[in-house]
Amino acid sequence: MNEKRKIRLATCSLAGCFGCHMSLLDIDEKLFDLLGMVEFDRTPFTDIKRCGPCDIGIVEGGVSNAENVHVLKEFRKNCKVLVAIGACAITGGVPALRNNIDLWDCFQEVYLYEGGLEGNQIPNDPELPLPFDKVYPVYEVVKVDYFLPGCPPSADMIWKFLTDLIEGREPKLDYEMLRYD
Amino acid sequence: MGAPAMSKTITIDGKNVPFSDGQTIMDAALAAGVYIPHLCHNPQFEPHGSCKLCVVSVNGRNMTSCTMPAAEDMVVANNTPELNSDRKALVQMLFVEGNHICPACEASGNCQLQAAAYYLDMLSPHYTHFYQPRAVDASHPEIFLDLNRCILCELCVRASREVDGKNVFGISGRGIGTRLVVNAASGRLGDTNFAATDKAAHVCPTGAILIKRQGYRIPIGQRTFDHKNISEVQMEPDHE
Repeated sequence: MNEKRKIRLATCSLAGCFGCHMSLLDIDEKLFDLLGMVEFDRTPFTDIKRCGPCDIGIVEGGVSNAENVHVLKEFRKNCKVLVAIGACAITGGVPALRNNIDLWDCFQEVYLYEGGLEGNQIPNDPELPLPFDKVYPVYEVVKVDYFLPGCPPSADMIWKFLTDLIEGREPKLDYEMLRYD
Repeated sequence: MGAPAMSKTITIDGKNVPFSDGQTIMDAALAAGVYIPHLCHNPQFEPHGSCKLCVVSVNGRNMTSCTMPAAEDMVVANNTPELNSDRKALVQMLFVEGNHICPACEASGNCQLQAAAYYLDMLSPHYTHFYQPRAVDASHPEIFLDLNRCILCELCVRASREVDGKNVFGISGRGIGTRLVVNAASGRLGDTNFAATDKAAHVCPTGAILIKRQGYRIPIGQRTFDHKNISEVQMEPDHE
């Protein structure tokens, strides 16, 4: 009964490549230590689809479509501390390279000129989220409490950050851990 | 020390720093191994005073240290939380004004803008990104010009004019419309006499001017600022 309540942690990837999630998994055997301290809510690891009340939410990737905004707002609403992880969440990153190219030009390049298995057509299913003309960093959409730069941030950096945060210290990164690439 | 010309001193953050007549605060600081953050300054060229990263407090007034001549008994504050916070804001503004996507940039790890941001502990660009459309000029057979990464330090302008004697680059426009231009009727780098051996091809603090086919010769992780702080690197002789 006296067992300390575990920290509840949620993660998601918006317009990202899941590289930051891979880097989190890269903490290897420390995953066991992490599971001793936290329990996962919504995350690709649990396949839970909706985010409930959490202590920490970690968001990878920028905001490139309407669904990204819904997920991000759900995280902000439910997570006491919201962390933007990786270059895409913090600056738009590589997906933001399309920001100076007209969206229609992008679609034509990807779907029309070369064609796909179903011929030359731009996907138009109502289930598909509406794409934005630009990719935005998450802090331009919701308030973000902590930033963890890197492409991806190293496993050591993620581990240092998470243990600092979970154990109640202000997260502090060494020089060699702070990287934008 | 001890030479009569060096008998005058200023203090920077309480440290006595000798100077000779004609030296700026930046000159004296660099000679004494005191790091003042800077981007548009390079000791090999006339000071420009545009990036404002090197602003220090001189007897309580903020001054640009790369252009301000040192004078006897100046009391300079440099490495203070207030000044570094202002410097961080300046770097953040540079990041959102251009299109600086470090993971996709060949200069990452060798970039002084990035290194200054590391030094100032910048965790995010903080401000709203402009995402301004800027041109990439690949017309030159040996050199890329990517204006997405230009911070208007004018080092290439100065190097081309003062060292190469070519005047390949210039600055045009005003305010937010200010941009680097190329001195050719077509505006294209390929139509100038710019060469990869020119000084101006090697002074860009970011990745705006890059030599082609060199990009990843030194892998990410083994580059200048990957393990060494810019405050150490810029104190080394001939670092630029």
